[in-house]
Amino acid sequence: MTDATTDVVVRNAVTVAAPVERAFTVFTADFATWWPAGYHLGDTPPARLTLETGPGGRWFERAADGTECEWGRVRVWEPPRRLVLSWEIGADWKHDPDPEHASEIEIRFTPAGPNSTLVELEHRAIERHPGWERVHEGVSSPGGWPGILDRYAEAAA
Amino acid sequence: MVSLNLRFVATYGATALAALGDPTRQAIVELLATGPRAVGDIAAELPVSRPAVSQHLKVLKDAGLVVDRPVGTRRLYQLDPAGADAARAFLDRFWSTALDAFRREVDRQEKERT
Repeated sequence: MTDATTDVVVRNAVTVAAPVERAFTVFTADFATWWPAGYHLGDTPPARLTLETGPGGRWFERAADGTECEWGRVRVWEPPRRLVLSWEIGADWKHDPDPEHASEIEIRFTPAGPNSTLVELEHRAIERHPGWERVHEGVSSPGGWPGILDRYAEAAA
Repeated sequence: MVSLNLRFVATYGATALAALGDPTRQAIVELLATGPRAVGDIAAELPVSRPAVSQHLKVLKDAGLVVDRPVGTRRLYQLDPAGADAARAFLDRFWSTALDAFRREVDRQEKERT
């Protein structure tokens, strides 16, 4: 059993060749242009991905038939330095609106040079999702996020 | 970009991530994600010998990604259903891939602007 007080965290970072304002804008307003195409919850690739900019903005996918599946909300909106999103996707890869079951993702943008920004991502409180230890089973679930290992291998090459 | 994960590796699930750094082990994990299998089943589906599969399974088992259980005369391997390290490794790969895609989009837009 995971201790209820344990904060389960995953951290990643990337340095991008752009000033901090551009990096923030691409991450948020242009979210749909870079988000990996295979990362969706519906059975079919979504017609549209949206990250509504601003506090309380919704983060969701919309299928061609208009069905929406929410991923979370903008919890903190501090352009161009900081962004916190809630992650309301359960271990079963379905939307779980209970705020007690949501983890959160903080993204910090720090100038690393005149045309360079360090982007640090922290996905934390993952243990709030019931059954979070099973989250990796999404690799194979039909409506989940298949092929991630493939793309990871490509990215790591 | 493996280098992106250095901070992660230093802090969390280093063994699980290292175990997944090998393409054959990634292929084995993908196979096991579709259901439990014996060593012979895996060797039949991948261009890898039985002894090599056994060796890879040992690494995955030590990393807490895979568990095994005897079924009759066979031993079946499956992804650890309660594998906290596996979940962490999964989410780390997830964000690593997403951030890499983000970096490429920034590059593309910056090129267009110049």
